[in-house]
Amino acid sequence: MAHDSLYAAPSSSSAETERRTGRLTGLRGVLGSWDVAVVVALVVAALLAGVSVESFATGRNVQFLLLDLVPLAMLALPMTLIVITGEIDLSVASTVGLCSTVMGQLWLSSGLSLELICVLVVLLGAVLGAVNGVFVTGFGLPSLAVTIGTLALYRGLSFVVLGDQAVADFPASWTAAAVRDIPGTSIPVAVLPVLLLALVFGVVLHATAAGRALYAMGNNDQAATFAGVSVARTKFWLFVASGAVCGLVGIFWTLRYASARGDNATGLELTVVTAVLLGGVSIFGGRGGLLGVVAGVLLLGVLRNALQLADVDANALTIVTGALLVASVVLPNAVADVRARLHRRRQRANPVAP
Amino acid sequence: MSLTDTGTPHRRTGNPPTGAGRHRRGLTERLLAVRELSLLLALGALILVTTLRNDRFLSGQSVKDLLLGCAILVILAVGQTLVIVTRNVDLSVGSILGLVAFATGSLFLAAPGTPWPVAVLLGVALGAGCGAVNGGLIAVAKVPALVITLGTLYAFRGIDYYWASGRQINAADMPRSFLRLGNQTVLGVPLLFLAAVVVVAVVGYYLRSYRSGRELYAIGSEPAAARLSGIPVGRRVFAVFVANGALAGLAGVLYAARFGTLDAAAGTGLELQVVAAAVVGGVAIFGGSGSAYGAALGAVLLTTIGSSLAVLRIDPFWQQAVVGALILAAIGLDRLLALRMAARLRGRSAHGA
Amino acid sequence: MSPEAPGADNAPLLVLDGVTKSFGAVAALRGVHLALHPGEAHALVGENGAGKSTLVKTLAGAHTPDTGRMALDGRPLELRGPADARAAGIAVIYQEPTLFPDLSVAENIFMGRQPLRGLRRIDTTAMNRDAERLFERLGVRIDPTRPARGLSIADQQLVEIAKALSFDARILVMDEPTAALSGVEVERLFGVARSLCERGAAVLFISHRFDEVFDLCQRITVLRDGAWVSTDRTADLTVDEVVRRMVGRDVSSLYPKQDAPVRGTLLEVSGLSRAGVFSDVSFTVRGGEIVALAGLVGAGRSEVARAVFGVDRYDAGEVRVAGRPLPPGSPRRAIAAGLALVPEDRRQQGLVMELSVERNATLARRRALSRLGLLIGGAERAEAQRWTRRLQVKASRLTAPVGTLSGGNQQKVVLAKWLATEPRILIIDEPTRGIDVGTKAEVHRLLSELANEGLAILMISSELPEVLGMADRVLVMHEGRVVRELSRAEADETSVMLAATGQGATA
Repeated sequence: MAHDSLYAAPSSSSAETERRTGRLTGLRGVLGSWDVAVVVALVVAALLAGVSVESFATGRNVQFLLLDLVPLAMLALPMTLIVITGEIDLSVASTVGLCSTVMGQLWLSSGLSLELICVLVVLLGAVLGAVNGVFVTGFGLPSLAVTIGTLALYRGLSFVVLGDQAVADFPASWTAAAVRDIPGTSIPVAVLPVLLLALVFGVVLHATAAGRALYAMGNNDQAATFAGVSVARTKFWLFVASGAVCGLVGIFWTLRYASARGDNATGLELTVVTAVLLGGVSIFGGRGGLLGVVAGVLLLGVLRNALQLADVDANALTIVTGALLVASVVLPNAVADVRARLHRRRQRANPVAP
Repeated sequence: MSLTDTGTPHRRTGNPPTGAGRHRRGLTERLLAVRELSLLLALGALILVTTLRNDRFLSGQSVKDLLLGCAILVILAVGQTLVIVTRNVDLSVGSILGLVAFATGSLFLAAPGTPWPVAVLLGVALGAGCGAVNGGLIAVAKVPALVITLGTLYAFRGIDYYWASGRQINAADMPRSFLRLGNQTVLGVPLLFLAAVVVVAVVGYYLRSYRSGRELYAIGSEPAAARLSGIPVGRRVFAVFVANGALAGLAGVLYAARFGTLDAAAGTGLELQVVAAAVVGGVAIFGGSGSAYGAALGAVLLTTIGSSLAVLRIDPFWQQAVVGALILAAIGLDRLLALRMAARLRGRSAHGA
Repeated sequence: MSPEAPGADNAPLLVLDGVTKSFGAVAALRGVHLALHPGEAHALVGENGAGKSTLVKTLAGAHTPDTGRMALDGRPLELRGPADARAAGIAVIYQEPTLFPDLSVAENIFMGRQPLRGLRRIDTTAMNRDAERLFERLGVRIDPTRPARGLSIADQQLVEIAKALSFDARILVMDEPTAALSGVEVERLFGVARSLCERGAAVLFISHRFDEVFDLCQRITVLRDGAWVSTDRTADLTVDEVVRRMVGRDVSSLYPKQDAPVRGTLLEVSGLSRAGVFSDVSFTVRGGEIVALAGLVGAGRSEVARAVFGVDRYDAGEVRVAGRPLPPGSPRRAIAAGLALVPEDRRQQGLVMELSVERNATLARRRALSRLGLLIGGAERAEAQRWTRRLQVKASRLTAPVGTLSGGNQQKVVLAKWLATEPRILIIDEPTRGIDVGTKAEVHRLLSELANEGLAILMISSELPEVLGMADRVLVMHEGRVVRELSRAEADETSVMLAATGQGATA
């Protein structure tokens, strides 16, 4: 592909690299690293909410908060890896929707056991992801455009599968399991698979050869190719993984709300991308980490939950989402600019001094 | 001292512009025309098939509904074209539309006597202001427009909700003269559609025939080269976001006039439809090529598909799936055209004069 | 060393005085002086990395100098951007063409200055006609209405030249414009440059081709390591003298090639073809041997290397490594078989500029360094340390982004990356492009050492002295074919150049 990063003006001049890397180190100097900054922001937000919002630190609220975050957290994991390679997958929410309705339709009419249906749904998610992967890596089309297309396509198909019907008669044992707590705590069981998945993705990204390759191809896919990285194949499998995780989320979503509907998870894709970017992943690709993303997801969740408890209109809360996202990209650059300006002033002052 | 010292083998290239068989339109323009023609054909075929099934599809009322239905999307798609051509994207248009629509309603609630031209101007100004916020943040942060406008998508929508706080504005709250904008026709053509046609014509002509318009393509085609050739890239990109915001503002006012009933959710999710219309219309998502006419045709095609499906008695639930398939087909077609074009040009170089 | 003009009576058009420019720790220009007089063609020569391109970008307004003065017509000149440079009448033809691929050729030429008709609309007909006239003046035929995408490098260069001509520049800067042009095209270009000079413009000509420099220019300025060395009349100089000043030392010490015992055949390429790029390429490289692949730019040398390594596919032929066939199209398998490729373009192909020295140095070894699939416990750090120490990479720390290093140290990191894979065969494309003289000698010494250790080395180089100084055998390519094989004794400037230009192809 001619353009491997989204709307990135490819920086070819040495001055540009210098500027970018300089900015990065400048930021490190200020905040340690973005990961740490997001974690600190999360802790501060949680403490403030705990102190000032009455019902925030209750077991019941924590349970709801975590349950609400399960889909977002799971989808953010593969999205992080995809964005690091310089691609994007906007079709995740629609894939969740289609997986959910297919699950409903199969339960309604196929007579298969729910266990088998769940396996089939995850496979379906993987296939839907593979379709994205073929268009992006096989035909060399920009993932932004491809996944806007499949966003519409998969959502449309999910309406085709169930129309405006909802399938709700899932066995109570299953729907209850989706929201059950770990015995003796107010932490939902569903958090465990998310943690496991986060661990897997984190290890792959940060401690394997494949992870190194992801960062390399996100920054410069040509250089990665020359170093023996199969760029197209790796990206293809990332889209497949993303689809499979969407299948898992589809199952969870359906069971948690005990409802398979065509509009399940509508619009979630933008929240996922927001969380990933807030977590410090560069939309240019090649930079970011999983710890920051997990912290970003939690930060989003805590802020929205706390403000909701404080009686702020749920819809107006999107101001917070938007402001956080904008601040997360504007602030580092502004800080680095100010530092650079101070530095220059000091330099100018220096020659005068003895 | 170096082996680059001597010239490469003699090469002669290009299509000799021979005097006799000279084309008035250049190759580059013809490529664009082919793309727009394919859209027109698709649209024609769709209308033909639908009309064959049900001749009422081309009746006055049905056409009027169709034109009314696509006007707002056309305006937004044209604005988005300005942005995408420069290798940017504006995801906040749906939110700007919603905010301006609600603001327009509120204006009439607060000052019922406001003449409609004033409302239009204020709406456009508010939209332009939102666009300026986008453009300004992009200039300050030096990050891709995708990120910033994703942020303002939420922020503008949030402001809208915060302001509305659950209220709804009804047609009864707005003056008749204003609402008439939304459904009046001139010689059977809805006023709304005429407004869209004017926007398409102005922007399309500007992009083709004015220096600053061509510079937008240059910026999207090769940003580094644009800077080296002295194009004020930052200023142009800022202006493009302001213009797109203004058009989204105009669309917001027209939305208010057309639907009359307004809450804070107006235009939710519209941004992806708008980008889809532009992409289907042949505007390359990575900038540098495409036209306002194409984007407008894309918007008309997307809207027409919706109406046709109903007439063809296809489950309306298929509509969105068809739109998705169309997007994939469109970008696939663009890729194919580009590859064939490249092969043709290469063939030419090889044969030479 | 007297920087005065041919007709010292006329005042200089453009003066640069003590101009410096640094990027981070790298000083690209240090106190450069230059005076261009009206009617003069002035050559700027220096090795790769001497600061020529930075100077060009400074004149173009793309870089602002850190210190120093510039003056035009005796008045101080401050260029805040490329638009200012244009307004001052400075036209630049870059080494790498800067075209807009989606726009037509005519628009590329006239961007921002398109001819207008009523209501300030662009007059497309006039624009195409004007573009055609420019091409006529250059004696070439390019359809002005076709998109710039897909133009050959030579044609792109011609469009750039037409662009510079179109605004009657007072100062024309040409940064290696002839690298991709044929003899006839070069002659035409020089005709245009001379006619500009006759009309009182000044031309700054940057080239590696000394015959052209001595043919066109009245004065020559030499840069070395970003610093001004000398400015003299062409008539007072010889090629040898210019080279001595560029290199700054005796040339022979740069090529410390020792004779190594030659072992068995390691790389065997037979009948390799790729339509339109190269055809029927066959050669072998033995252990302990440095084989140079020489030829003109565009002869297909790098393309052969890429195909052998598996980055590109090929249509026919076979590659064997130590007797075993190497499956095509997979760099990963090539690496596993013991191949390493140091590519020609360090910034785009060799390194990931934003990643650290450590990550870059171990990128090709990332699998081998994993334990049970995991990369933990400082294995990468140790490996990177071992190789950066051996190659004496100067970096503030291993976690510094590799983009902050100097060109020479970057090249060492690329070498470290590939040596870490412990290859048996090293393909190295332009080993010393854009690096300083000191590092150049180090790289050559290293190559010689590696050959001694038994590696088979295939070296692609456009620097004739490097080819002659380092290679045991020279393969010369011309238009996609290997036309001549020369032993170390047979190879000299004449024999290689003749074969490379397709004249001595008797092999």
